[in-house]
Amino acid sequence: MSSTTTAAYDDHGHGPEKGLLRWVKTTNHKDIGTLYMWFAFAMLLIGGSLAMGIRAELLQPGLQLFEPQFYNQLTTMHGLIMVFGAIMPAFVGLANWLIPLMVGAPDMALPRMNNWSFWILPFAGAILLSTFFMEGGAPAFGWTFYAPLSTTFAPDSTDFFIFAIHLLGFSSIMGAINIIATVLNMKAPEMRLMDMPLFVWTWLITSFLLIGAMPVLAGAVTMMLTDRNFGTAFFDAAGGGDPVMFQHIFWFFGHPEVYIMILPAFGIISHIIPTFARKPLFGYSSMVYATASIAFLSYIVWAHHMFLTGMPVAGELYFMYATMLIAVPTGVKVFNWVATMWKGSLSFETPMLWALAFVFLFTIGGFSGLMLGIAPADIQYHDTYFVVAHFHYVLVTGALWGIIAAVFYWLPKWTGKMYNEPLAKFHFWWALISVNVTFFPQHFLGLAGMPRRIPDYSLQFADFNFISSIGAFSFGLSFLLLTYIVVDCIRNGKPADARPWESAKGLEWTLASPIAYHTFDVPPTRAEILAESQHS
Amino acid sequence: MKLLFTLTSAFVALLSSKSVLAEYTLNMTKGVTDISNDIWNLHMMVFWVCVAIGVVVFGAMFYSIIAHRKSKGAKAAHFHESTTVEFLWTGIPILILIAMAIPASKTLIDIEVLDKADMTIKVTGVRWKWQYDYPEEGISFASNLAQSSMDVIKGTPEDREAVHKEGGYLREVDKRLVVPVDTTIRFLITSNDVIHNWWVPAFGLKQDANPGFINDAWAKPNIIGTYRGQCAELCGKGHGFMPIVVDVVSKADYAEWVKSMQAEKVAELASATQVWTEADLVAKGETVYNANCSGCHQKDGTGIPGVFPAMIGSEVANGPAAYQLNLVINGMGGMPSFKMLSDSDIAAVITYERRSFGNNGSVVQPSDVTSAR
Repeated sequence: MSSTTTAAYDDHGHGPEKGLLRWVKTTNHKDIGTLYMWFAFAMLLIGGSLAMGIRAELLQPGLQLFEPQFYNQLTTMHGLIMVFGAIMPAFVGLANWLIPLMVGAPDMALPRMNNWSFWILPFAGAILLSTFFMEGGAPAFGWTFYAPLSTTFAPDSTDFFIFAIHLLGFSSIMGAINIIATVLNMKAPEMRLMDMPLFVWTWLITSFLLIGAMPVLAGAVTMMLTDRNFGTAFFDAAGGGDPVMFQHIFWFFGHPEVYIMILPAFGIISHIIPTFARKPLFGYSSMVYATASIAFLSYIVWAHHMFLTGMPVAGELYFMYATMLIAVPTGVKVFNWVATMWKGSLSFETPMLWALAFVFLFTIGGFSGLMLGIAPADIQYHDTYFVVAHFHYVLVTGALWGIIAAVFYWLPKWTGKMYNEPLAKFHFWWALISVNVTFFPQHFLGLAGMPRRIPDYSLQFADFNFISSIGAFSFGLSFLLLTYIVVDCIRNGKPADARPWESAKGLEWTLASPIAYHTFDVPPTRAEILAESQHS
Repeated sequence: MKLLFTLTSAFVALLSSKSVLAEYTLNMTKGVTDISNDIWNLHMMVFWVCVAIGVVVFGAMFYSIIAHRKSKGAKAAHFHESTTVEFLWTGIPILILIAMAIPASKTLIDIEVLDKADMTIKVTGVRWKWQYDYPEEGISFASNLAQSSMDVIKGTPEDREAVHKEGGYLREVDKRLVVPVDTTIRFLITSNDVIHNWWVPAFGLKQDANPGFINDAWAKPNIIGTYRGQCAELCGKGHGFMPIVVDVVSKADYAEWVKSMQAEKVAELASATQVWTEADLVAKGETVYNANCSGCHQKDGTGIPGVFPAMIGSEVANGPAAYQLNLVINGMGGMPSFKMLSDSDIAAVITYERRSFGNNGSVVQPSDVTSAR
């Protein structure tokens, strides 16, 4: 067994360095994964605090707490921090921790670059957050930063925002290159592509999305930079440019981006459901093909965010059809999860609860996504709270739910300790109820005609906004409990078995708990790989 | 448990004590054009398709959660592949999508293709108001958030309710758009500065206003009444305060309105040829300033450091008048052009800026504006 070899290896004294420098200099995939996860969690709390500010201002009609300009800074920074600071780094952290373990590799393929791609992040995050303290305030043009609001009419701090986006992009691209290199070059020699677990598959495909999309974003912000400072007119009609071109470029990045934030979660759910259904994953190969199809489609549907920009009708028809097609592979994934559960022997430990809530609530977000894809109906939904409800269902109860499910599922492997199960279940129900109280009424607000990104609203929207804000405060508080549960597990948790879930399969569970600092210096054999397959 | 009960009853009490205007609108409203009805029908159709799919998928999922649980002694089966099933649940959704795409395409083409309009209105988004031009009738005016709403944004909830009863808090304007019923109206939509979006839900009409480009859209309202909407694209700090109010009136009432607007314009032109006193200019200028300039430069002239310049001690307002005339008429950088204002309005507002806020610039007459244009 590889785990015994690893233990022998540890006896030679190749453990982690002592002290703080360990974290600065580390090239170990487990350390870097941990750094990513804590960074993402800190950003989640900061971005969440901004959301609390937004909901506090919207609790009642009228302006009570903030000026409109500052309110716009809150919504902009909330979006940017959650997307680029919380969700994306959390998934890269999970990839760092899990991919080498799942493919039987000793570490990531490019460990020094791995260190660098993490350590860019705190600086990029600090630059982004520092804009709050600059004259003119933080960026206030929404996370989509449409020109010319983000060019001619933007505060001076926008140039810092552009630099931060560039850094975040470097980090993501390096992370993606590292993951592709690790999966394709470092997986155990006897592991075939169609042996790979789905988290590895979804991340491999996500990496290609990142490499395709992030440079486009870099191009967009570079054009912004030259428009702002060097007299170009890419997005200024007065100089022969076109503000709508900005949106085309942005969404050519932006649509793949939303799949970057959900595909790894699909992978996670495909690990958790078979474990707690005690049954192999249904339709493994169709899951792989569906993921690849979603990734392909994600590049050719971008203008469904732009139905109202004045596109020709032929363009609108094309983007409507292409968008509707995405429902097919996404549906296949949901059907496969349900079929995995069917006639299983289900138990409901915390990771399973999060996974089931993911399937239910992500599908609701998928339904509203289908509705938004119908171009004529989008006329009424576009830029209203219906859209806000939609993307919070797919990003909070989709992406974030997947991340939290993964944390509970693999925490015993990472820490070697078990979290407090009753408390974790209580936390789950608290978060589940409050997140729905927060976001479900926003569907009604949107359909009744409340636009998004407004600091104050007419009185007919008062009641649902009040309910939504109360839900949001409760949801925000639940994260303090989550913090406690995780810290309590690390400090006081009872020792966990190497395989804490009775029918969990995967190479990571063959390793001893607590996990050694270096693992798989001898790759697993084909027999070991097949024995740990979740789909045969 | 007791705590939970107390919290719940407090919550219910809070909800029920709120305004008598309480509205729990759950769904989209149908609107007053054929297009808005078509959109509503599409919306309901897709909604019910989603409900049906949801019932099947979630039904299977919850059945499995209830019936196939380990605690009830369920033994796990081992099946994990079926090409037939995969084909079925790829094929059936494609058929459902095609069935939805057919009516959606038809409505989309109806919305986008317009052969002939009875009249044209140009809509221009300007931070943060709407400028309306009737090119054939020679009518032009700007439509701002009503002062009554502005006054109570930071007021008490009772103040806002009082304003809301008289038209709608944040949903009332100083000058409404007036259009005739049963008439096909082509809207030419553009912007002076950033991207705005002109949205009247009851017309099923929402179209981006892009600076430097003109989008067109159309509506044919069938029912006389007042319809409200607001800007639907983030355009800066006044984005939430850019309402749209359209009065759909009978054709006779519309003709009356056109006549009165044209008479008003004649009077306005006559006043621009006269020489005004400084006091008259400053008094009129204050009104124009509060409606057009205070959004950025602030009512008290302090501006926003780093974003919008202050009026107090401004080099422009204390410098040569010609420079300020050019700036207001043609705009520069973040400052939009205000050439749509009348000569007397521009003269008044410039004089107000030059003679108030402790400034000491010269007086500007309407005739100066006429020659500066």
